Amino acid sequence: MLLIYCPNCLEHREEEEFSYGGEAHIARPLNPETLSDTQWADYLFFRKNPRGIHHEMWYHATGCRRYFNATRNTVTYEILETYQVGTQPQITGTDA
Amino acid sequence: MIQINRLPAAGRTDQNKALNFTFNGKDYQGIAGDTLASALLANGVDVVGRSFKYARPRGIFGHGPEEPNAIMQIGSGASTIPNLKATQVELYEGLEASSVNGWPSVNFDVMGLIGAFGRLMPPGFYYKTFMYPKKLWMTYERFIRKAAGLGSSPIESDPDSYEKLNQHCDVLVVGAGPAGLVAAREAARTGARVIIADEQSEFGGSLLASTQLIDGLSATQWVAEITGELAAFNNVQRLPRSTVFGYYDHNFLAILERVTDHLGISTASGPRQRMHRVRASQVVLATGAFERPLVFAHNDIPGVMLASSVSTYVNRFGVAPGNKLVLATTNDNAYQTALDWHYIGRTVVAVVDSRTGPNGDLVEQVRALGIQILEGHGLIEAVGSKRVRKALVAPINIEGTKVTGSVQVIACDLIASSGGWSAAIHLSSHTGAKPVWDDAIVSFRPGESKQKERSAGACRGTFGGLDGLLEGANAGAEAAKLAGFGTGVVQFPTPMVDQIVEQPQQALFLVPHNKTTSRAPSQFVDFQLDVSAAGIELAVLEGFESVEHVKRYTALGFGTDQGKLGNINGMAILANALDQDIAETGTTIFRPSYTPTTFGAIAGRDINHLFDPERYTAMHRWHVENGAEFENVGQWKRPWYFPQANETMQQTVDREGLAVRNSVGILDATTLGKIDIQGPDAAEFITRMYTNSYLKLAPGKCRYGVMLKEDGMIFDDGVCACLSENHYLMFTTTGGAAGVLSWLELWQQTEWPELQVYFTSVTDHWATATVTGPNARKVIAKVCQDIDLASEAFGFMDWRDGTVAGVKARVFRISFTGELSYEINVPAHYGRHVWEQLIEAGSEFNITPYGTETMHVLRAEKGFIIVGQDTDGSMTPADMNMNWVVGKNKVFSFIGKRSLERSDSIRENRKQLVGLKTLEPNAVLAEGAQIVNDPNQPIPMAMQGHVTSSYYSASLGHSIALAVVKGGLNRMGDVVYCPAADGSATAAKIVSSVFYDPTGDRQHV
Amino acid sequence: MKRYSGFSLLKNALSYHENWQKVWRNPTPKRDYDVVIVGGGGHGLATAYYLAKVHGITNVAVVEKGYLGGGNTARNTTIIRSNYLWDEAAQLYELSLKLWEGLSQDLNYNVMFSQRGVLNLGHNLQDMRDIERRVSANRLNGIDGEVVTPQRIKEIAPLINISPDSRYPILGASWQPRGGTARHDAVAWGYARAADALGAEMIQQTEVTGIRRKDGAVVGVETSNGFIGARKVACVTAGNSGVVAAMAGLRLPVESRPLQALVSEPIKPCLDTVVMSNAVHGYISQSDKGDLVIGAGVDSYNGYGQRGSFHVVEHTVQAICELFPAFSRVSMNRQWGGIVDTCPDACPIISKTSVDGLYFNCGWGTGGFKATPGSGYVFADTVANDRPHPLAEAFNLDRFNTGALIDEHGAAGVAH
Repeated sequence: MLLIYCPNCLEHREEEEFSYGGEAHIARPLNPETLSDTQWADYLFFRKNPRGIHHEMWYHATGCRRYFNATRNTVTYEILETYQVGTQPQITGTDA
Repeated sequence: MIQINRLPAAGRTDQNKALNFTFNGKDYQGIAGDTLASALLANGVDVVGRSFKYARPRGIFGHGPEEPNAIMQIGSGASTIPNLKATQVELYEGLEASSVNGWPSVNFDVMGLIGAFGRLMPPGFYYKTFMYPKKLWMTYERFIRKAAGLGSSPIESDPDSYEKLNQHCDVLVVGAGPAGLVAAREAARTGARVIIADEQSEFGGSLLASTQLIDGLSATQWVAEITGELAAFNNVQRLPRSTVFGYYDHNFLAILERVTDHLGISTASGPRQRMHRVRASQVVLATGAFERPLVFAHNDIPGVMLASSVSTYVNRFGVAPGNKLVLATTNDNAYQTALDWHYIGRTVVAVVDSRTGPNGDLVEQVRALGIQILEGHGLIEAVGSKRVRKALVAPINIEGTKVTGSVQVIACDLIASSGGWSAAIHLSSHTGAKPVWDDAIVSFRPGESKQKERSAGACRGTFGGLDGLLEGANAGAEAAKLAGFGTGVVQFPTPMVDQIVEQPQQALFLVPHNKTTSRAPSQFVDFQLDVSAAGIELAVLEGFESVEHVKRYTALGFGTDQGKLGNINGMAILANALDQDIAETGTTIFRPSYTPTTFGAIAGRDINHLFDPERYTAMHRWHVENGAEFENVGQWKRPWYFPQANETMQQTVDREGLAVRNSVGILDATTLGKIDIQGPDAAEFITRMYTNSYLKLAPGKCRYGVMLKEDGMIFDDGVCACLSENHYLMFTTTGGAAGVLSWLELWQQTEWPELQVYFTSVTDHWATATVTGPNARKVIAKVCQDIDLASEAFGFMDWRDGTVAGVKARVFRISFTGELSYEINVPAHYGRHVWEQLIEAGSEFNITPYGTETMHVLRAEKGFIIVGQDTDGSMTPADMNMNWVVGKNKVFSFIGKRSLERSDSIRENRKQLVGLKTLEPNAVLAEGAQIVNDPNQPIPMAMQGHVTSSYYSASLGHSIALAVVKGGLNRMGDVVYCPAADGSATAAKIVSSVFYDPTGDRQHV
Repeated sequence: MKRYSGFSLLKNALSYHENWQKVWRNPTPKRDYDVVIVGGGGHGLATAYYLAKVHGITNVAVVEKGYLGGGNTARNTTIIRSNYLWDEAAQLYELSLKLWEGLSQDLNYNVMFSQRGVLNLGHNLQDMRDIERRVSANRLNGIDGEVVTPQRIKEIAPLINISPDSRYPILGASWQPRGGTARHDAVAWGYARAADALGAEMIQQTEVTGIRRKDGAVVGVETSNGFIGARKVACVTAGNSGVVAAMAGLRLPVESRPLQALVSEPIKPCLDTVVMSNAVHGYISQSDKGDLVIGAGVDSYNGYGQRGSFHVVEHTVQAICELFPAFSRVSMNRQWGGIVDTCPDACPIISKTSVDGLYFNCGWGTGGFKATPGSGYVFADTVANDRPHPLAEAFNLDRFNTGALIDEHGAAGVAH
């Protein structure tokens, strides 16, 4: 069970308070109508799903009800950082 | 009753306190401080169970969680517990125990005859036979299953309760043996919050059975002192009878505390067990080690035990499980058992040491007592049936691979064996740390740490007394420091322990026999599952090379002892067969639970009515008092229908529906989700979320909308009202409320943070009564004077502030029945008052409370959909014939819009919502029934869709149904069929989905 | 291949089991093969078997980074059923079920397929509508199934709690008598042994690290033991599919999540069927050894760690205690996790790709084990003929572009 630091509440809380929001930094296309079905499908369904470093959204559902981002290793489950929506991660790359 | 094996010196037990118990129906007596195992041994009980596969008689082998044989059913009736290890069951007055296998008894087991044919049941024999004839497998399987299993599940509900405790601590020390105790003391001294947990009934670990002196005190006195010191710290929580069974991510550990099991009573007042869910800053693992048995022929006969177990029964429990001992060893350490046995005045017939020229301190002490030491010998076979009678001993070569001389027979009734010690690396392994094999100690060590933990003492492979204490102290100080306490420097003086000089042990995992392994009598590796050395070699012969394959093929380590005794021997035998070293072969990964963990404790309090919260409306008690039947909708309890005396459900629904159509009805609509939305960009935001536009919705007005997921499929619907400029109230479905709120927040926070809009769930703030029917206005008029109810002043899809029955209210003229309707929202606490006032006001019109079933019928008559019933996550608005709700000219590409243009979304022949009218007017189609064009076509039939909603409509006098049918909107008038399970088919005509008042006049009055 | 039988068992017993044949060879890889199958789980091994048996393609290597059947094949709860809602899924799983019914004899390896029946419980009115819909569809597709009452459920599984007062009362269930369980390891071993006997080679402890392509077509795989040439490469790597796809520059609409399971200690037979409940998130059966085998829900986050979060296990155990209050005093012996590859529509991908000669079979989510024979069968056909098997057509990659999803979890409903 993960222990997650909420960058809004500024404290570690149990995973049970959060829900997972999937891959982060996927911008909604500004003009969906101009996209082909394939381009739209890419936005809808295709995710990086990396083995290693993953930037992902979490939602502090029973806390502050804010979405935020986390950089987590999908193999070790170590959370390397959490950061506000709209900001960029400090830690990037593919592996821990 | 005489306990024939009870010694005068009582160890940690109390000779003055006798406890009566039964085993397999027979009365016995033990004493306070006994385990069930020590009490059985005291009474000279040899056979305690039968093995899983060959039904061989088995005796007590160990003294702790490693015990493979003494598996017991404890108690009876609803409070019976299956599969407890007798070595871990504390004796109490009146304890009832029975063996889990053996019929008619453990001493004569019919299945034992199968054991005689054991050779026909090598590993994997199931896979090789029982295949023919094919149809007999289920019969074969029934017999296989019958022979399997250990104890029995209770058949009644558990009378006990369990609870959970969430805890944080700075340092969690696992294990209260010597290393754990000093670790806890060092950490405690720094002021850190410390939890120390140990699975045994009292702290001390191996010291409880030790004859060693520490600081000049006996081991148990020393334990008493340090335990007293720990008790004096108010920052230390001591948890005996508490097993840390799992080590999970981010330093989360789960502990099972057995609160009342040792008392043997089902306590109504308190929990039987308590699960501590601990988040620890730092962890010290001091879980000790398990002695490894030697693997020799017929090493499973009762009377063969671990050397340390013999010592433990002697020293801790005052029980001598036999008379004439032969000790077989590969190491110095086990000589202590010979000494212990000798000093209680019993005979050590011989020590059989695989090494040549052992001369460590303990060896010399034994030698000095004149005890025969057979050096360079192996105990190659035990002889006996239900008790050891003889040991066969022979000289072996220096590598321990061959018998080199003639066999001598030694009469004895007890064989203690020791093949060295295996560090208890289980918890470290749970974290993903990969164990490292160390030839020097002939054991795995914990691998590189994956969590904030360190191991100390025997579980780290440090088997010497003093070194373990030093490690423990350092680990405690270091853990505290890393948790933010103290300097990391050990504060207490190192306890003084006599250093014992030991010679190196020999790595011997299989004692050779004068026959080859395949032909020798079974040399058991995993006792519980009857895995032998020959079985492991056979697996290799058959080409299984991975340790995981061999484990799975032979079942090695799959017992309830989790391979604590057998795993290392098995892997070493495997490595040898593969001509690899152990490091290369590797070990399997240990997984939770360290020892079996009661389901009830894992479930805790969150069962029965606390399994999921139940939500009630403010009017709930009224519904109960008025005889409502309830339906679960999400977490809510909603009135389903209100039967009157002797009414069937259909009669009730007919009556309720007709009342609404002909006069007036009242529905508790509180459970609909309500989200308060405010902010200068509220209208823009709502417009992006719904398919239609809210930019021009004026205060006082309501609009119905549909929400899509980004894939274009409907996921919720409801009415949204403009309360005032920049202030809206959004209604959602009952089940969808939480999901919609999260959905709104997701988009606002992550995609459009520039939009100023705020959401608050107000579902629980309001109670809602829907008054509907041609007489609704007359009812409202009696209790509401400050709203002009005239149609032109307060029209359909308007809402008004006002006072209803003396309570401030919001009244919405929205309708889910197609009748004149008022949805009256009042602060929740006034809900029942207003409800009762409305009932009172409506009495002259025979106002009729109705439930969700009638609500469904009424809305289906109008063709109104229910999201989740008429839709299923694969339906677009067009599929629901609801293109009117999609704003084609909206500037912003609302959520889901683009997906509506995908090639599959605009495909002809999608399933579309239509009405179905059965040709036989009273036949009600089954909800969910599939629809075909031709019921006589062969199977598989081409299915055209299915019935989503279906009722008998009393207002219309015939049945009605909603369905989704391929291309249905272009098939009006076609007759389709719903085939039933009995082969019949019901014919129905495709009609409009609006059955009642298609022009919508009634709701506009 | 020397056949297994009661007689062979007796004969070998008389020679102290010293003469058993190897279940499969462990050869060093050849320079190239007609087909390299990446992934030696049940699906990959079944693919190898049907390539050889049905299509006569025997110059095949199964390349496995660990040991055969060591991934999800070794970690699942062994439930087999074919009562899926949508035609495409139902027909594929039914093909699989039919193959299961003769598998032990076909492979000459007892996979202990036990047709003890599967109950899918309904706890509210919408559950019951969905059950009626699914059973009705199954029946018209020729798949056995009926809707049963709580009383009938109680007869099938006597320890179950059908009290109408429970928090999630049982209102009924679907019942598929032909469903059941099988011995998971035996499935992998049986397929491997049979495929080996037909000529396919099992290359274990060899990790594929790259997919070599030339002119838009696959030419082989790079591995931890060197390059292995191949005319066709068929990837069946479940949770690791995304990683393997990336080696060929492809993306898949697949996410990898932990799926947890646990077993109790062995107890005497007390549950003779498989019981599943979506509403409370738990499913349970009893193995022939006596363990209660219990499956949990999928963890929420992406993860390759073969473990999940403890609260998911707690919730599942609560669900089991809710359904079977008597099991409260039984103990959990072991828990573990696998990695499931999930598609947005909870249906698999069995597809050619934009790279010639490269095929993917993945995205089975929680449905993988039961599909093993059918998956291998249609995938072998797809690879052999370089076009989708008719039953695999709907499971193409293009469906994510067109929107023609086969939404199996749509059947669970989304709101009420």
